[in-house]
Amino acid sequence: MKAFANLFSALDETNKTNEKVRVLKEYFVTVPDEDKIQTLALFTGRKPKRQINSTLVKSWAMELSNIPAWLFEESYHVVGDLGETIALLLPQSEETQNKSLSEWIAEINSLIFLNEQEKKAWLISSWLSMEQQERFVFNKILTGSFRVGVSQSLVIKALADLSGLETSVLTHRIMGNWDPKSFNYQSLVQKEDGSEDISRPYPFYLAYPIQDTSDQQKSSEQIKESLGDPLNWQAEWKWDGIRAQAIQRNGQIFIWSRGEDLATDKFPELHPFLLELPAGTVLDGEAICFADNCPLPFNILQTRIGRKNLTKKILTDSPMAFIAYDCIEHEGNDIRDLPLSRRRAILEKLHQSSSFKDVFRLSPVVSFSSWDDLYKLRLRSRDEFAEGFMLKKLDSPYLVGRKRGAWWKWKVDPLSIDAVMIYAQKGHGRRADLYTDYTFAIWDQDKLVPFAKAYSGLTDKEINQVNFFVKRNTLEKFGPVRTVKPQLVFEIGFEGINKSTRHKSGVALRFPRILRWRQDKKIEEADTIETLKEFLK
Amino acid sequence: MSRPLLEFNEKGIFCSAGNFYIDPWRPVKYAVITHAHSDHAKWGHQKYLAHKLSHEVLKYRLGNIDLEIIDYNEPIHINGVTISLHPAGHIIGSAQIRVEYKGEVWVVSGDYKVEDDGISTPFEPVKCHSFISECTFGMPVYKWRPQQEIFDGINNWWRLNVEEGKTTVIVGYSLGKAQRILQGLDLSIGNVYTHGVIENTNEALRRDGVKLNPTQRATFESNKDEMRKGLIICPPSSVGTPWMRKFYPYSFGYCSGWMALRGAKRRRAADRGFVLSDHADWGGLVQSIKATGCETVYLTHGYTASFSRYLCDIGYDAHEAHTLYGGDEISELDENPVKLVNEYGEIIEPVDDAEKNSADKEIIILEKPSKIGLTDSEKAIALKKAKRMGGAL
Ligand SMILES: [Zn+2]
Ligand SMILES: [Zn+2]
Repeated sequence: MKAFANLFSALDETNKTNEKVRVLKEYFVTVPDEDKIQTLALFTGRKPKRQINSTLVKSWAMELSNIPAWLFEESYHVVGDLGETIALLLPQSEETQNKSLSEWIAEINSLIFLNEQEKKAWLISSWLSMEQQERFVFNKILTGSFRVGVSQSLVIKALADLSGLETSVLTHRIMGNWDPKSFNYQSLVQKEDGSEDISRPYPFYLAYPIQDTSDQQKSSEQIKESLGDPLNWQAEWKWDGIRAQAIQRNGQIFIWSRGEDLATDKFPELHPFLLELPAGTVLDGEAICFADNCPLPFNILQTRIGRKNLTKKILTDSPMAFIAYDCIEHEGNDIRDLPLSRRRAILEKLHQSSSFKDVFRLSPVVSFSSWDDLYKLRLRSRDEFAEGFMLKKLDSPYLVGRKRGAWWKWKVDPLSIDAVMIYAQKGHGRRADLYTDYTFAIWDQDKLVPFAKAYSGLTDKEINQVNFFVKRNTLEKFGPVRTVKPQLVFEIGFEGINKSTRHKSGVALRFPRILRWRQDKKIEEADTIETLKEFLK
Repeated sequence: MSRPLLEFNEKGIFCSAGNFYIDPWRPVKYAVITHAHSDHAKWGHQKYLAHKLSHEVLKYRLGNIDLEIIDYNEPIHINGVTISLHPAGHIIGSAQIRVEYKGEVWVVSGDYKVEDDGISTPFEPVKCHSFISECTFGMPVYKWRPQQEIFDGINNWWRLNVEEGKTTVIVGYSLGKAQRILQGLDLSIGNVYTHGVIENTNEALRRDGVKLNPTQRATFESNKDEMRKGLIICPPSSVGTPWMRKFYPYSFGYCSGWMALRGAKRRRAADRGFVLSDHADWGGLVQSIKATGCETVYLTHGYTASFSRYLCDIGYDAHEAHTLYGGDEISELDENPVKLVNEYGEIIEPVDDAEKNSADKEIIILEKPSKIGLTDSEKAIALKKAKRMGGAL
């Protein structure tokens, strides 16, 4: 695992993309294939199951570090990360070992067969055989809190360079439900796709926003200028649900959300229509709550997603539907290269023969003959329970990731971006005792860069919850400001955006405010600085 | 009850028997100075006493002051009080101040580190009854590696940069860290260039007879190709300035004890972070305090609350002392993780006040009340606490 620990510090030490890719490539060529796969698994969020809970890990580390418990806690408070605190506080090791990453992970997985005393003995002797950096990454893996300072796309880039495969091909191959124990590096990088994972989704194709600011709405002329003849375009309402891919292969069904979470069980209402589809079908669409022929507001869906158990009440209050807008696999064939118009025809046929049309819905194509028509229609989006339009070129293939050119979103709402709260400060007046002023950050590579401060927008109840969170998750205090553990994601709305050299993020927002708390999102799903800068164009 | 030999008042550490102050932060008649960092050596006192190797640096920083210099272990007597200076190992010329009166001994550590850095006279523990110690890194997570390991890391990184055609830029505060880095460099790799503030400090030290490796001022006229192979030592204030950008392409490394924590390292956004500090680490602090044989400890700088609690746990009579040390000093600012956030939620990086005028300093104090200056109410509380701690203390 020394190589992996070194990789981790090397990645930590640079913030340059090319450098990170170089470091990754160097690492991949030197370690055995099993380690490559384990690394890929860790870097794509496939952590081994936690076998010892953090409370035990912490109490054993306390014993071994030979300092009073309060001082251990205080140190943890200063460092802000349990794995790192332990790595720093344990006595220096006198022994060493050369176990590989996969060997360590195998040991961690086999802890399930040990009792508590045996686990403790194993952990202490493991710690005492490692150096500080090794201990740190080991602790992160062990406690299931492994997060790496590198985006998945860089890892894919490194593997693409090494294997000669396209990044889009690799992105697809590493999706889905694989287990690092059975996944094989050689079959990952061979020319023909050898996967037998029938659950595997395709990478989502994501659209860019077409306009810069909501107060400087693009006129229909400007839209015409950039998109050309309206006859080449298809317009659909933009739905406010959860983007999802629904799969039926060999009579088995899988529903994936955009965050690459398998959410099949969360949406039992969707199962019958999926089972009825011909085998080898993959649909792209929006999972959304739907009642009396109307989409329900997003927060109803959010409440439902947040619940562990789907009670009868939840099923009645927030019934699900699937608004399909694309078909990317048909009769077992990957049809992403077909033009949208042909894929749409296939989708419509599938819909036609469905006996569950109230659940399996088609995203209607909005007819328009000029951009001016569409401009006016768009202002009525809210009446249609939509947030604006999706504009898709009729001859466009289904691409991988966020690509400019063929798919655009044209929203009515203020511009918005999903951001992570990183600092909090107490408010004034009525809220002088509560943490109500927050600073938000977005991703720049693996770092969260602050870009906006916002005060308003949450309900009193939410403010209390956030306040509670801030108090329990403070990493540092400086004057009135607290650095908080990056964990909460909020959708930040704003009226405009300008370039700014005075800001670290390179942009200054006008009237930023909190639109809503995205409890459904993990911090990895927050937006990136590139997305923010796209608004400038 | 008799008055304690040393007490903390609103001007600094005061010895009433000898009628002098140690490292006072308000103007006084007679100031004994532990070292030339600006949180310890302030402007405006009538008379200064300091170690001889601080002579030129103090004159450079404070102008034409009335300064008496003595060597280590060279006692002087004022009103029956014996004062002597003892090596603190923090920077060149840094001293602990030993004060003896009627058989009672107090020692003020100033800032100190235990490891022999090769340029500062190495730290020597001094037996005493009461010890006023700094504890900038008074948390057990801070454990330093031997400096040779760090220098090897710096030199290897420098070699790598030469191979890649990048100038090496290394950041450390101008008095102390800069010279320590300079002496640890492998000069066979290339030339060493310095930022103006650091070169002025080097010149002052050389005037006092300190032998330093050869350096040249980094200017835009400097030979570009030579500089690609070279290393520039800069103060923290130069990070991100147009001055620094002129040397592009470069790789930029940061030397500080705070680099021991991953979060602090990442926040700096340096290409490399080296854990190198001129303060004692946790082990060094505990070991030094034990070596003084003292019963009572007063703590300044940093984690005073937790460190004094720990010392009480292990049987000392330990107290937090409220001082103005740490924070408003270039050396400490560099090493201080305290962050300021501006209206856009961005972190304002600390500045090197050697290059700032006093007006700027005022603004910094206003923005950072809890760490640099005390507000009036905080001062009142500190004084009240001090009084409660025994007599005027
Ligand atoms: Zn100092
Ligand atoms: Zn100091």
